[in-house]
Amino acid sequence: MKVIRCPLNGPRNAEEFVYGGDVLAEPDAEATAREWSRYVFMEDNSSGVVDEWWCHAPSSYWFIARRDRSRDEFIATCTVSDYFAAAGQP
Amino acid sequence: MALGLLRYGLRGRRGPARYFPGPRPLRSSYDVVIVGGGGHGLACAYYLAKDWGITDVAVLDKDWLASGNTARNTAIIRSNYLTPEGARFYQESMELYRELAAELSINLMYSERGHLTLAHTDAALRTSRWRAEVNKHLGIDSELVCRDGVARLCPQLNLSDDARYPILGALYHPPGAIARHDAVAWGYARAAMQRGIDIHQHTEVTGLHVADGRISGVRTSRGEISAGAVLQAVAGMSSEVASMAGIQLPIQSIPLQACVSEPLKPFLDPIIVSGSLHVYVSQSARGELVMGGATDPYPLYSTRSSLEFTEGLMARMLELFPFLESAKVLRQWAGIADMTPDFSPIMGATEVDNYYIDAGWGTWGFKATPVCGKRMAELIATRRTPDAIAPFSLDRFSNFRQIGERGAASVGH
Repeated sequence: MKVIRCPLNGPRNAEEFVYGGDVLAEPDAEATAREWSRYVFMEDNSSGVVDEWWCHAPSSYWFIARRDRSRDEFIATCTVSDYFAAAGQP
Repeated sequence: MALGLLRYGLRGRRGPARYFPGPRPLRSSYDVVIVGGGGHGLACAYYLAKDWGITDVAVLDKDWLASGNTARNTAIIRSNYLTPEGARFYQESMELYRELAAELSINLMYSERGHLTLAHTDAALRTSRWRAEVNKHLGIDSELVCRDGVARLCPQLNLSDDARYPILGALYHPPGAIARHDAVAWGYARAAMQRGIDIHQHTEVTGLHVADGRISGVRTSRGEISAGAVLQAVAGMSSEVASMAGIQLPIQSIPLQACVSEPLKPFLDPIIVSGSLHVYVSQSARGELVMGGATDPYPLYSTRSSLEFTEGLMARMLELFPFLESAKVLRQWAGIADMTPDFSPIMGATEVDNYYIDAGWGTWGFKATPVCGKRMAELIATRRTPDAIAPFSLDRFSNFRQIGERGAASVGH
């Protein structure tokens, strides 16, 4: 059974977590429809190491995880505030 | 007969005829290079030669022929989709499939079993009726059947009211079929080679040469190739290959797992699908139950198998067929599915001139092999997008003209 370390709840069974997509910078309010479509639909879909949003569903707690998409390995997890305070470093 | 055997024996040594003509050397230039030697790439090569007389074509694969998703799908063919664009497209594919064994002179073991999509709730019954009416309007053989009808078509199902999700009815699609997936690829490959097309296995594309908005060739693990046109047909690795041409795709690579049981006596004729339970199952010609479920919960580029998948799927299988409680799982595998936001494929030209894309095949790629190959070949040969695939262009996302295909399998609705 895979275990993910939640910054709030500690190590928990992976089935309690929901994937929430890549960490992306949101376009400006004045962005064109094309820029919005890129933000909403397009994916880098990298096979390497990626920073992602994850949610611990039972506690509705969102956090950031750095994950290796080829090896199915969680490298690090951190709170959202820590991640953005450290300018995108978990 | 003994005399005939003697004569045969005395005529000298002869092995069985080789199925494929021997490999040819890799040339430095082709009119068309197809990246990906799976069913789709091979079908496109075949139709380029057959329909358009274009034979200066190379199909490149980094591994063995058809060793990716062509070998990993659960071989179901149907056309009872919900969107008119999708239903029409898959219906054309089914019509091509029916004639394919004769055309390619190979036994595809194409077996029309009937396809039942079970409804366990009133909402699912409503959706089934909707799908049946859309299908009938488009001339597709599809109808809603109630529980009595399900009992006639598949009495082995647990139809009692005691189940956690009792079966209320089903969408019935009589022409739903299964086929031998490897043979589809082998048949196309041989027919393409007989028409003069080169197929190069173990030839990995490591770069694409794009200059001034047009493609001029590919870099491979065995050298450079210049090309007039390039098609990528590499479902599972679509984003990685497209990024070499500077193209971003609306695709997440998500594993789709499947498994088979030990061989059992034939008992299951139709193909059974339950969207609510996330199960689909058919019995193969050698008696194995071929079973699949939902895609994995997050993107991943590893074809590992997980215990969670098997445990969950078996629990739900037993809801449908409680008497299988002591049947064993024989083997389990995964393929990497190109999941698109609207559950429809991506086919057509791209912003890079002469670079064509065949991607986004999520959980619906095998059944589309003939029609996709045929229409992509038409596009490459004529440079005009055929009507059948026009709705599936990549720019539908920036134009907000998605084709939300809720008739797709393995997806939560």
